[in-house]
Amino acid sequence: MTASAADRSSAASRWAAGADWLPPAVLFVVVLLGWEVSLLVLGVQSFLLPRPTTIASSLIDEWPTLAKGIVFTATEAIGGLVVGVTIGTLTGIAAARWATARESLVPVAVAASTIPIIAFAPITINWFGPESVLPRITIVAVMTFFPVLVNTIRGLTEVSPSSLELMRSYASTDTQTLRALRIPNALPYWFTALRIATTLSVIGAVVGEFFGGPLYSLGIYITLETGHSRYPTAWAAIVLACMLGIVLYLLVVVVERLALPWLTAREMAAER
Amino acid sequence: MTADAGRPASEPTSDAAVVELSGVAKTFGAGPDSTTALTGIDLAVRSREFVSLIGPSGCGKSTLLRLVADLIAPTTGEVRVNGKTARQARLDRDYGMVFQAPVLMDWRTVATNIELPLEIMGYDKAERKRRSADLLRLVELEGFAERHPWQLSGGMQQRVAIARAIAFDPKILLMDEPFGALDEMTRERMNVEVMRIWQETGTTVLFVTHSIPEAVFLSSRVVVMSARPGRISRVIDVDLPRPRTIETRESEAYFHLVTEVREALRQREGQPVGPDDRDPTSTDRIRAEGYA
Repeated sequence: MTASAADRSSAASRWAAGADWLPPAVLFVVVLLGWEVSLLVLGVQSFLLPRPTTIASSLIDEWPTLAKGIVFTATEAIGGLVVGVTIGTLTGIAAARWATARESLVPVAVAASTIPIIAFAPITINWFGPESVLPRITIVAVMTFFPVLVNTIRGLTEVSPSSLELMRSYASTDTQTLRALRIPNALPYWFTALRIATTLSVIGAVVGEFFGGPLYSLGIYITLETGHSRYPTAWAAIVLACMLGIVLYLLVVVVERLALPWLTAREMAAER
Repeated sequence: MTADAGRPASEPTSDAAVVELSGVAKTFGAGPDSTTALTGIDLAVRSREFVSLIGPSGCGKSTLLRLVADLIAPTTGEVRVNGKTARQARLDRDYGMVFQAPVLMDWRTVATNIELPLEIMGYDKAERKRRSADLLRLVELEGFAERHPWQLSGGMQQRVAIARAIAFDPKILLMDEPFGALDEMTRERMNVEVMRIWQETGTTVLFVTHSIPEAVFLSSRVVVMSARPGRISRVIDVDLPRPRTIETRESEAYFHLVTEVREALRQREGQPVGPDDRDPTSTDRIRAEGYA
């Protein structure tokens, strides 16, 4: 049996045994039960914190509106993510390759990443109009490109000096060293940045909507429902936004495992 | 040499200098903070020789190897490899290098790690596969082709690094303390293996070590170096017969040579060797007067 086949079969048996997913699943159920029961026993009012079952029924009742909202917000988050990650990766490659690019790009990137959303969101709405996805795509792109940029630079440049000497001893060209050493070295860093960026993207999209957007968009919906003291429906929208973030995150994890099987195998070997 | 080991007719060297350093010095940094790593180095390594560089930390033995590899440039003097400048020899891929750490890439399998130089040098896929399979057999790692580096022991990783260094049939093998991190048992096994590879491939080896037994066991010549500034203090011919085996390590001639190298090293460190030099404060004076 080859090693990679062994890795796969042991991963499969771990999955079947529930080693990976069972503990968080149990914890999740326990938290939900505790939440439900303690609120019932203590008689907490639903505007303070609704029970999970109340939120679930609001989710079902309001589904037609919420479905439109989640599609809209997901479009913004994913669109912004694509733009931000693309720009972050390309500028990262340029900054890692040329010192001039690094010295000129990084300060600009730091400045851009420190722009407060509450100042920036109204401006983007002035640019594109509140009904468009573009204001949020802009905000999400600005929020996500920075972690991608920083990690791309780090992954491409933090290569062991011995590896570089090894490539030099082969009279390897810069392009060959980039492909054989720097890019594979950078990929784990890049995926870590992508994980951070996905969670940021949902926050950026929802917060961006607070400053204007279609009535069904999650940010506006949450504002309106809390304004009318309909807390369970507001919570239903919040849960939906969380689920969007979780789904995007898990997607990145799955792609990472498929793209870098050696990394997962090494991590599992280190755990044993 | 008093033992009647005799120079074997089979010592496979010729007079053509493959590596030649003349008047080489290397200084790192500039001004008052500069360090002279090497000075006045003259050394010629003949074809198919196995030459070890041994000396205390800071004697510049690794620096010397890196000069030959054109990983750094000398401050003064000339380094010639295969009759060319060191730089041209590197560009012509005349040498393979083994570092102290295996420097394997975790994302590659054992086989594709060995194939890395072949990829860079544009060998086609079938040839790469053929060579890595042959080399895995040579370093006795058949069956590990699809493993990843972290699944191997330190000794196995270093064997992969050696296989990778000779994958493209370089005429020269440069080894920088390749077994420094291994335990004594593994090291001795690796020594036998390196010697076998050296004999089978007919390369010229320049080998940096801080182990006296290793240097004597492997080498045709041992170059003893001293520190501050790094320079060559003695060159000792090792005329033990080949092939060398476990029994070689137990022969009288071997012990004599180990002692000879050890004494050469001790003198070079400026330690008192005679009854008149026991005053520890005199060591600096001994060094300063060129006693060493």
